[in-house]
Parts: sequence; structure tokens; C-alpha cells
Amino acid sequence: MAYSNKVIDHYENPRNVGSLPKDDSNVGTGLVGAPECGDVMKLQVKVNPETGVIDDAKFKTFGCGSAIASSSLATEWLKGKTVDQALAIKNTDIVAELSLPPVKIHCSVLAEDAIKAAIADYKSKQDKEKGVPATAGHAQPNA
Amino acid sequence: MTMKLPIYMDYHATTPVDPRVVDAMLPYFTQHFGNAASRNHAFGWEAEEAVETARRQVADLIGANPKEIIFTSGATESNNLAIKGVAEMYREKGNHIITCVTEHKAVIDTCKKLEKMGGRVTYLPVQKDGRINLDDLRAAITDKTVLITIMTANNEIGVLQPIAEIGAIAKEKGILFHTDAVQAVGKVPFSVTEAKVDLVSMSGHKFYGPKGVGALYVRRRNPRVLLAEQISGGGHERGMRSGTLNVPGIVGLGAAAALAQAEMATEGARLRKLRDGLNKKLHANLDELYINGSMEHRLPHNLNVSFAYVEGESLLMGINDVAVSSGSACTSASLEPSYVLKALGAGDDLAHSSIRFGLGRWTTEEEVDYVVEKLTTVVRRLREMSPLYEMVKEGVDLTKMQWVTH
Repeated sequence: MAYSNKVIDHYENPRNVGSLPKDDSNVGTGLVGAPECGDVMKLQVKVNPETGVIDDAKFKTFGCGSAIASSSLATEWLKGKTVDQALAIKNTDIVAELSLPPVKIHCSVLAEDAIKAAIADYKSKQDKEKGVPATAGHAQPNA
Repeated sequence: MTMKLPIYMDYHATTPVDPRVVDAMLPYFTQHFGNAASRNHAFGWEAEEAVETARRQVADLIGANPKEIIFTSGATESNNLAIKGVAEMYREKGNHIITCVTEHKAVIDTCKKLEKMGGRVTYLPVQKDGRINLDDLRAAITDKTVLITIMTANNEIGVLQPIAEIGAIAKEKGILFHTDAVQAVGKVPFSVTEAKVDLVSMSGHKFYGPKGVGALYVRRRNPRVLLAEQISGGGHERGMRSGTLNVPGIVGLGAAAALAQAEMATEGARLRKLRDGLNKKLHANLDELYINGSMEHRLPHNLNVSFAYVEGESLLMGINDVAVSSGSACTSASLEPSYVLKALGAGDDLAHSSIRFGLGRWTTEEEVDYVVEKLTTVVRRLREMSPLYEMVKEGVDLTKMQWVTH
């Protein structure tokens, strides 16, 4: 299978690999996928509470080159966007940017899921601070 | 010695044709190009003689009589001929076949086709080490069973099945026994007498012969095995496989067989040492490695390892100057993880993290060292990028996670 140059670039030089402090009230964490499926993405965003702009984003991915590239690209795009702009990112944008073949489209879908899960986690933390009940949205470790 | 990149370590997928085999084949393209069935002139006689020499060479490799060797287009055809040929010929006796879940698709899909046509097939499970349980085999036999087909060595994990014991059970019950010996022939000693087999499939391009040619051993005595032809025509190969013989290919198959027989012992020992070295060095550098299948009952040149928390295709991308293969779903056209690894009960996540190494005639220690170093670097890098590795290091029990999937 031939990878596009952009996928190879993201694989060789991934952007924003790492972790943000999960317990920080301004950090949203999205953990999507499953090991049995061969794809797990952890995407984190740090939001400036006053401006609503994503100041920082980090990712870690267990998955193929296209999955790594999709999540790496996602963190690149997230930085500097507002939360609402982040939610507007579509998997088809990722497919287009990375020239993903049909068999790899699901990697971009997972990346979009990861973005939404991270934003949802951030929002639920904000709601909790304000006293609004939380909603389930991402993977939970059993107690 | 300068090492050539990329490095080939996927000898189970195919092998380069040995230059000595190419030399043996060449005259049969433009010089001695006759049709082996042309009985009336020297062109035909020459070709026939070359074919009969090759037949003897292949027979010698597995301890058979040359009359018991039929040439085919490859092991997929041999498997089809053996299984469908027996099912059709012995349909009055019964319609049940016993095979195994880890067989090659050429066997499994042939069995599935027979099921669609009204036959019954039992797919025996394998134990954690990749071998069948002989009690399961005994329990599966019915008075309608006409064939047991179990591969000698698995193409993904290199595990060797207890062929002689299976043969003994088959003999005891009067059931024909076929084995797909593609990965074993020419690599480890194989004798049709000791294995107590009635049908054996072989493939040229797996032991340094050309692609597009293979053979099927069909027992002639105790018992005499009859097969319903699957390709009709001029009645070639004792009426079992019509079609003008691929003389150059067959000559190549024979030459490859002769070389394999001569060099098997030393080559096997050399490759076993290299394989064990590869295994040891990987374990010295990396933790959380899992070997898939028994190390004790295994081809000397195979290693199949799962690198936990790292996905196979991303691994292959990182070692892009090394040719190996993976059991990961992402590397398969169907997006399904390896069914062989699943059958071992390892869990899909380890299937996704597996790499198969197949060493061969031109593998050097230098290549092994290069691969170890490259892999070590890539695995470490990908583990740093892996959310699973991070969670495990934090003490999270991944087996207790509730994952959110699409």
C-alpha cells in the first residue's frame, strides 16, 4: 500500500505527541477506539476558559500510519481554534488533506470522534464546575 | 560484507528462485521446448525425460515413489484437487471432512465450498500452542468421514502439527489423510511413510523454486487413493490432472527439491541459530513481547511475535527497509485480523501487534542484527506514542476498560 507523502510526514514527524494533565479543569480528554479493533486514540485539548480558544492539543495513538497521521493532523488543526470551530472539523476534511484511500477512511472517522470526545469532556468539566449533571461520552476505567 | 537493502525476511510468503534452479530451467524455454506429451519425436522425449527426472527428485524429497507424484500449478490447486477429488470420488462412503481452523485459505475455502454443496466439515480448534488436540480429532470422526486434512506446518506461526500421530489415527479408522505440507517440504525432514499420509500438497515457490508450479503426492499402495479429476482434458498425470505440463516449471521444482534435500540439514541448523538469535536479541532489548505458537514444535526459520501496545502496520511503516508481514487487520485486504492468531486465543489486540519473520537461504546474521536494532528503535518510539502503553505504565488494567467504539 502506498502512503501519501503527508501521511508519511505525520508518521515520521508526528506533531504534538504527549499528554496534558488529565485533572486540569481546562483540559478535555477524549479516548476512543478499542485495542481489539486495532485503533485507539487519546486526544487532549487545553482550552483558554476566557477566550474559548484551544491553546494546546496533544495526542497518543495505537493504530496504523493513517490513524497516527489523522490524529496528529487533528491536533495541528485544533490549536488556535475555538471550541465551536473544533466541533466543525469533519472526517472528510482529514481524508482530503491526507489523501486517505477508502480502506483508511475509518481512521479519519475515529479522529473526528476523538475531537468530539475531548470537547465533550472539557464541556462536562465546565458544567460540573457550574453544577450541571455530567453526560457519558468517553471510555471509563471500571472502579 | 555490504548488506543489501531492503532486507527480505518474509520467506513464508515466497522465496527467490535459487540461481542454480534458474540455470536448470532455462534450456527448457528455447532449446528443449517440446511438449512432454509429444510421444513421437525427440522434442517430446527430451521434455518427458526432464519431467520424469523432476518427478523422481520431488518423490525423493518426501520418500515417495515417483509414480505417486502429480504436477500441478501450485499448492492451491493441489489442495483443491486433493480435497474435492476425494470428496467426489468417495461420496458413496460419506460426506464428512475433518480439518482445522488454522489451515490455509486454499483448504478452508475449499471445505466451505463443499459445505455449500451439501458436505459436512468439522473445523478442529487449536490449543494455545497452535496444535490440535488428538482427542478432539478422535471425537470428531464419524462413519461418514472420508478425509482428514491437517497442515504439516502453519504459514503464519510456523507451528508443526503432530502429523505422525494424526496419520496413525487416520490409519486406524480407515480414513484418508491429506496434509498441506507447503511450509514444511524442503525445510524439515518429511517422509510419507513415517507421516502415514495419503495425500501431500507442495508448492515450488516456497522452497526456492519458481511460482506457478507445485505437486500433489497421491498414495498408490496401502491404500491406493483415487481422485476425481478437477481439470478435464487430455488425461495427463494418470488422468488426475489434464493440461500440458509446465516443463520448465517442473524442471525447476525438481531442481529445487534436489537442492533442498542436499542442503536441508545444514541450512536448517543455520537458520535455527539465526532465528533463536533474533528472538533472544529482541527479548534483550524490549519487554512485553509475546511469541505466538509453540517454540518447541516449530519450523526452524519462523518467528511470530506480538509487540504489545504497538500496532503492526505502524510497525511495518517504521521498518520500511525490512520485508516482514503482520497479523494486523490494517495489513489485510479484508480488515480482519489474522484468524490464525485469533484461533490461538491470544486476543485481537495481540493479533494487531504481531510481526511474522520468515528467515531463508540468504538471510545473514548482519541482517538479523540490523532488523533487531531497527525494530527496537521503532517499537520504543511507537510505545512512547501509544495511549495503551501509557495506561499500562500508570497501572491501568486494560482488560477492565470499557472502550467506546464507533
